[in-house]
Amino acid sequence: MAYRWTNDLTRADITPKSAYLNRRQILAGTVGLGAIGIAGSASAQDALEPNTLEEIRTYNNYYEFGVGKNDPAQNAHQLDTSNWTVKIDGLVDNPGDYALADLLSGLSVEDRLYRFRCVEAWSMVIPWNGIELADILNKVGVQSSAKYVAFETVVQPDNMIGVRNRVLDFPYVEGLRLDEAMHPLTIMATGIYDEPLANQNGAPMRLVVPWKYGFKSIKSIVRITLTDEEPPISWNKANRREYGFYSNVNPTVDHPRWSQATERRVGGGLFASRQDTLMFNGYPEVASLYEGMDLSEFF
Amino acid sequence: MHIVDTVNQSLRRVPTWTIYIVGAAWVVWMFYLAATDQMGPEPINALEREYGELGLKLIVLGLMVTPLRTWTGVNLLKFRRAIGVTAFFVVLAHFLVWAVLDVQSFGRMWTEVVKRPYVTVGMIAFVLMVPLALTSNNRSIRKLGANWRKLHKLTYPVAVLAVLHYIWLVKGFQIEPIVYALIVGGLLALRVKLRQRRAVKPGGLAVGE
Repeated sequence: MAYRWTNDLTRADITPKSAYLNRRQILAGTVGLGAIGIAGSASAQDALEPNTLEEIRTYNNYYEFGVGKNDPAQNAHQLDTSNWTVKIDGLVDNPGDYALADLLSGLSVEDRLYRFRCVEAWSMVIPWNGIELADILNKVGVQSSAKYVAFETVVQPDNMIGVRNRVLDFPYVEGLRLDEAMHPLTIMATGIYDEPLANQNGAPMRLVVPWKYGFKSIKSIVRITLTDEEPPISWNKANRREYGFYSNVNPTVDHPRWSQATERRVGGGLFASRQDTLMFNGYPEVASLYEGMDLSEFF
Repeated sequence: MHIVDTVNQSLRRVPTWTIYIVGAAWVVWMFYLAATDQMGPEPINALEREYGELGLKLIVLGLMVTPLRTWTGVNLLKFRRAIGVTAFFVVLAHFLVWAVLDVQSFGRMWTEVVKRPYVTVGMIAFVLMVPLALTSNNRSIRKLGANWRKLHKLTYPVAVLAVLHYIWLVKGFQIEPIVYALIVGGLLALRVKLRQRRAVKPGGLAVGE
């Protein structure tokens, strides 16, 4: 059941490796701009140029590996991703501990060029490779009483300096309403630029929900639980007033720390200007999920 | 005491302008690194943070001068003005990066100051530093007399607000701002203790400016 979401960006829109490795030269005009091939993209997708792999791998929030933006790149090599199993439990027909390969076998990996907007008001554009979460959930059989999906990140205290320092109440947990989880935009990413995820990007498998702030897109997932009540989420537990369960990108709902009206693209250099943040991060197709809800109350 | 004497002797040979030169060179060097893509893919926040952290360190160092002399004998008194004035210029650089490169408009600056407590306290700390920097010269000391001392007690609220700015700014439980809070708290406690001792033993400890 792949390609329910009509991606108006195709594989041709993704910068070839030879080009993104030399993006600065491209920008300097020494290589043909045609290599980027963003022609023909739809209105909101205009000029969506992906960040370089280096940017994506060196500017991260992954507090298990430290609070500095470069800390995960320095420390995440310690993460042990061998023999990765994902526990699936709760209101599912086929619960169990799945080897990652078994869980994903037979499901199609798609290219998704998504905007990524952090609650700290920076953003990137990332060419993910991933599987629609709906496909995974359908494979394990969601029971009709399930209303939410809870996710949990691995905890390896010996390998994770941030866990030892208790920056947050680990394990990191996140959650989605079932209809959000089943939305075709929601994917489980396993790669970027056709390369396996770097550890600091959430290897071997992480969630990507492009219309929500980045902290919702939980990394290095070891457990998926179907439940009938709203699951707790880490940042909300840490600060109830500042981080809501929904955390949809919304320029009209301010965060106490950061204005959400504008954002700055990572990679723009010291003199990058701010740009307007788009409602639902530029994915208006999800608006119907929240019809009738006051999004300033359910932030 | 032998080591302390040696340290003080070598310190006596260092001219105070060294602090200004090193401070200015560091600010320019950091800006150069940020402008030439050597401070990570998001240099604006990185530079803002570098300037902010050094500003806080210099404020704390300025507060340490007196207790350091009282408790260890190491004498940095002649550098105190340079440390304070350099702290002001580094914090000014921090403010400028925030205003010009980060928020990029007067409207947004105002909203940030009004709406975000950590920006509010940071801005108050910066504003309080202005009269301190302006009066850090011999003429002002002569002109203001005893009031100069009172005015420069503002250093304490500045330090407390700067630490508060840092604590409020970070997400989750982070160690660094708490370390600064402990140091500033400790220095304040020392100052109170010192004053009590002086009150008991008038003239016992001359603390020059």
